Amino acid sequence: MSLLRVAWLIARKDLLVEARSRELASTTLFFAVASVLVFAFALVRDGAVPADAPAGILWVAIAFSGTLALGRAFERERQSETLRALLLSPVERPAVYVGKLLALLLLMAGVEAVLVPIVALLFGAPIGRAPWLLFALLATGTLGFAAVGTLFAAMLVRARSRDVLLPVVLYPIAVPVIIAGVRGTSAVFAAEPDFASAQTWLTMLVLFDAVFVTLAFWTFEPVMSD
Amino acid sequence: MTDVQTLDVSRHFGRRRALSRVSLTFKAGEIAGVFGPNGAGKSTLLGVLSTLLRPSSGEVRYGGRAASAWSDDLRGQIGMLGHDLFLYGDLTARENLVFFGRLYGLARDGKLDARVDRALDAARLTERAGDRVSEFSRGLRQRLALERALLHEPALVLLDEPFTGLDDESASLLAARLRTLRGAGRIVVMATHDFESADGLVDRALAIRAGKSRELPVAAGGPLRQRYQAALRGDWA
Repeated sequence: MSLLRVAWLIARKDLLVEARSRELASTTLFFAVASVLVFAFALVRDGAVPADAPAGILWVAIAFSGTLALGRAFERERQSETLRALLLSPVERPAVYVGKLLALLLLMAGVEAVLVPIVALLFGAPIGRAPWLLFALLATGTLGFAAVGTLFAAMLVRARSRDVLLPVVLYPIAVPVIIAGVRGTSAVFAAEPDFASAQTWLTMLVLFDAVFVTLAFWTFEPVMSD
Repeated sequence: MTDVQTLDVSRHFGRRRALSRVSLTFKAGEIAGVFGPNGAGKSTLLGVLSTLLRPSSGEVRYGGRAASAWSDDLRGQIGMLGHDLFLYGDLTARENLVFFGRLYGLARDGKLDARVDRALDAARLTERAGDRVSEFSRGLRQRLALERALLHEPALVLLDEPFTGLDDESASLLAARLRTLRGAGRIVVMATHDFESADGLVDRALAIRAGKSRELPVAAGGPLRQRYQAALRGDWA
């Protein structure tokens, strides 16, 4: 079976499990919306929003809720050691990585589909100004974050302190992606938008994605072999 | 695959030695029982045989070829029933079997549904095929997990405590299933503490203690438990 078919099989299984339990979607979405609301109460005064705040708040919510989803997604595979069953199957092991990544990306995309309009509503972020550019920034930023996160979450699945360790190892590596996402989104949301700058940050995100996805794809098999 | 050999296999976890220079041969058409106290190295041996764990030193040969000489297809010839069952609680019994069947490439010949029906029948779960596994008792999950491990008709069957949670009738059915596998020329390696269920079932018995293995002589006669206890009292240096 081809790598992509196996990956889709695993992703579809994850989405079916999620559709049944709604555990990840509900906790991730609740956490993301709650954090945006807290920022709204703290920062919005008389309808005035600090410059650049919406982009930062949006990416903080994405990163934190994504970390929550990463941990829980692999906790499920740990409970009955089903990750071992996946690794025992006669498929290319990187396909397992791609499948888990794909399911996580779809979940995070669903959360962002709710989150972005809420940020627009509470902070007056002009999400309709350059929708395709904003979409590209979110898509590439989410891919880079999830690519590294999926690898680390898989590596830590049997670690006793995995919930603590995941953000500790993930954020230092993923911080360039978050910075590029914030800066690019901020350039789109600014009172005087700077689309050239946003496109530069988008290019950087594409480069980060290429590096992170390639490295994670290559290292998944060796790190999961024992 | 006619045999599986471990040649001087050792496995360390940090400074702890879980297996120490274990050399064994498991042959087709044979049920081998592996016995030993908790932490003796039984599950590590199964992990190494399954390819999930790499030996720290030594080599495992499958049908005379080193694991490294095989492609990913080697894993398609291994079926493992782990202590943790490897089942998704939020999927139904049928969905679990179909998912793993597809992963093993069984959908290619268009006979996956028939195989899944046979597996559900063998696990006596046909009536509950549409129920989520999380609603099953441990015994039902154990029966389903065994069929999941055997769905792709593996040449090497590895079982970690297969009698756990089974009532007498299910244990008898499992024993009959394992005899059928032996008759079909499979290699069955079973780690267990259940001497009563294993007595009369296994063709070979191995004791493992502190990572070292020792054959329990069949010729010595007597119940398996007594032979095992006598072996544990012996010199393991």
